[in-house]
Amino acid sequence: MSATTAQNTDDLRSAEGNLLTADGVPLKTSLAVAKRQRRNTALLLVAPLFLFILITFFIPIISMLVRSVENHVVADVLIQTVPALESWDESTGELPDESVYSALAADFKKAFEDKTAGSVGRRLNYDQPGFSSLFRKTNRKARKLEPPFKEGFIKIHKDWGDVDMWRVLKRESGDYTMSYYLSAVDYSYTPDGEIVKNGEKQRIYLKLYGRTLWMSLLITVLCLILAYPISYLLSTLPVKTSNLLMILVLLPFWTSLLVRTSAWIALLQREGVINDVLVWIGFISDENRLAMIHNATGTIVTMTHVLLPFMVLPLYSVMKTIPPSYMRAARSLGATPFTAFVRVYMPNTIPGIGAGAILVFIISIGYYITPALVGGQSGTLISNFIAYHLSQSLNWGLAAALGAILLGVVLVLYILYDKIVGIDNMKMG
Amino acid sequence: MAIPSHATTGERIWHYTYRIICGLIFFFLIAPIVVVIPLSFNSVPFFTFTPEMLSLDPAGYSTKWYEEFFSSRNWRGAVLNSFKLAFFSTIIATTLGTIAALGLSKAEMPAKTLIMGILISPMVVPIIIAAAGMFFFYSDVGLASTSVGVILAHAALGTPFVVITVTATLVGFDHSLTRAAATLGSSPTHTFFKIIVPLILPGVISGALFAFVTSFDEVVVVRFVGSYQQRTIPWAMFSGLREQISPTILAVATLLVILSILMLTTVELLRRRSDRIRGLA
Repeated sequence: MSATTAQNTDDLRSAEGNLLTADGVPLKTSLAVAKRQRRNTALLLVAPLFLFILITFFIPIISMLVRSVENHVVADVLIQTVPALESWDESTGELPDESVYSALAADFKKAFEDKTAGSVGRRLNYDQPGFSSLFRKTNRKARKLEPPFKEGFIKIHKDWGDVDMWRVLKRESGDYTMSYYLSAVDYSYTPDGEIVKNGEKQRIYLKLYGRTLWMSLLITVLCLILAYPISYLLSTLPVKTSNLLMILVLLPFWTSLLVRTSAWIALLQREGVINDVLVWIGFISDENRLAMIHNATGTIVTMTHVLLPFMVLPLYSVMKTIPPSYMRAARSLGATPFTAFVRVYMPNTIPGIGAGAILVFIISIGYYITPALVGGQSGTLISNFIAYHLSQSLNWGLAAALGAILLGVVLVLYILYDKIVGIDNMKMG
Repeated sequence: MAIPSHATTGERIWHYTYRIICGLIFFFLIAPIVVVIPLSFNSVPFFTFTPEMLSLDPAGYSTKWYEEFFSSRNWRGAVLNSFKLAFFSTIIATTLGTIAALGLSKAEMPAKTLIMGILISPMVVPIIIAAAGMFFFYSDVGLASTSVGVILAHAALGTPFVVITVTATLVGFDHSLTRAAATLGSSPTHTFFKIIVPLILPGVISGALFAFVTSFDEVVVVRFVGSYQQRTIPWAMFSGLREQISPTILAVATLLVILSILMLTTVELLRRRSDRIRGLA
């Protein structure tokens, strides 16, 4: 390379006419190196947070997803019975032979020492009621069993002579199961392994998902109806006045959710402020106080209040950018105020409507605290059932499956939000 | 939006109707927050206005719920925990979030949308799902019922706010400033602290406030990851509202409203300062 000769010329050029830097490296290469360095710096800066979110947030959620299909407990405790069952043909309708029962006796002996029989019983009980008591009873007596085991087991509990119980046990002895997801959408296995819809009375979750979606939609629409007029007012008033009025939107936004929920309890309850006022003005009689809390009304009113700022802020920021001259132009071209508003102004606010609506909808379908406090029976949402299975019924697999489905819905909405608004455009405050 | 002098009667009526509708909506927004303040001075243990209160009889009012709040060990523990957990999780969230935002706002950052999407997801994933996942995972790794576990969880929930606010401050950032500093012989560290930090500070502080509020106002994760030892103010309010309703909760609520007024003022002042520095105002 003729770096020395190049330096003699005015513009640094190599023999081939490429631009060179002062140290004689072609400019292109030098630029690429600099760019790569900057790229690496950028990645290095993002890496700590990325790892942090991965470990503290993503892995927990993945562990939840795994739990919704994982099924180790049966094979882990019935360590001899499960392999012995493999040779049993469940379609013949005959009970397993003595070798399976003797394996079962050995497993129960071990399970008694490890105190693990109960966990298997509970697990299988989700698929077939009766397993829990079967395992409890057997656990107390199985240690003293002598061959022949088959008769012994059936004597302890007649269910050991029931082919259907064995079929369920065999089906649910694998490392993974679909039964949590089936329960989460109101389906279940018959003992023969067929998948059927649950009876009318056991269908809870699809109805609950339906209610969650319907109530979220209603709350979103209510928020939109309430947010639109005030956002328009805020965007058209002089800055001084609108900043002042904005406080009325931002103060609720910054106030603790628990504060707002307790305030609504004070307002809506039977002896609450609203009922008191209605009785006082004679609108209703003292005996007929309205039931506005611990039902769907309570959830809807409170959540609309809580989420309203999330609708106002994006709407306001979009309306702020619409030039007032558009409306004036429409008016001067002969449109009535109404036509001008509907045909010219409103289409311009659609990005704001989309952003606010998806935001409110996403937040409300996962809401837990407010429905738990003011929702009662008819106002609880899917999140409340997930919490119930986590902390009360302890059916963690079902909680995880319900959560996974909810997560799927939110993910779709999140992608939609990104397509419409762009995640980069998310703003706060 | 003053009413023009040539407006017809119909337009005038509509103008005032519209104002009244807006007034009612603003009333709906603010009234529930205002109403807790007088109710917290109730002299009887109910969430209602008594006839004595309405007739402004001093006997209808008392500060006993505040006294109960300040003398109760349960509440004092909750206040201490709330501040402790929020303080540490805010520090983690602000540090990691600010550094990441600096990286994200570089033009050379690859796969920006994807990474941003992942970093912001703690804000979007329903809290109950995050709580469920953390409930399982944190007990597997021995972090359940520990303050460290709750702090890490809250820090994760708070980072998206820091990333968003700091990235927003960096949008108008003039990169020639750092280059100018470099040509004048400033080291990258020196440039960072003398040039970048003062400019992005308003964004960092408001992000930190968001992260603080996220932790301070969070109930679900605390209840699943923590135990009574980690009880926070919202936790105590949540159990209080479920078990026995006492106006102490409204006294706490009033104090929290005052806190949120302080926070709102700070964020607004910072936002205006930031706009002014960046020449957007």
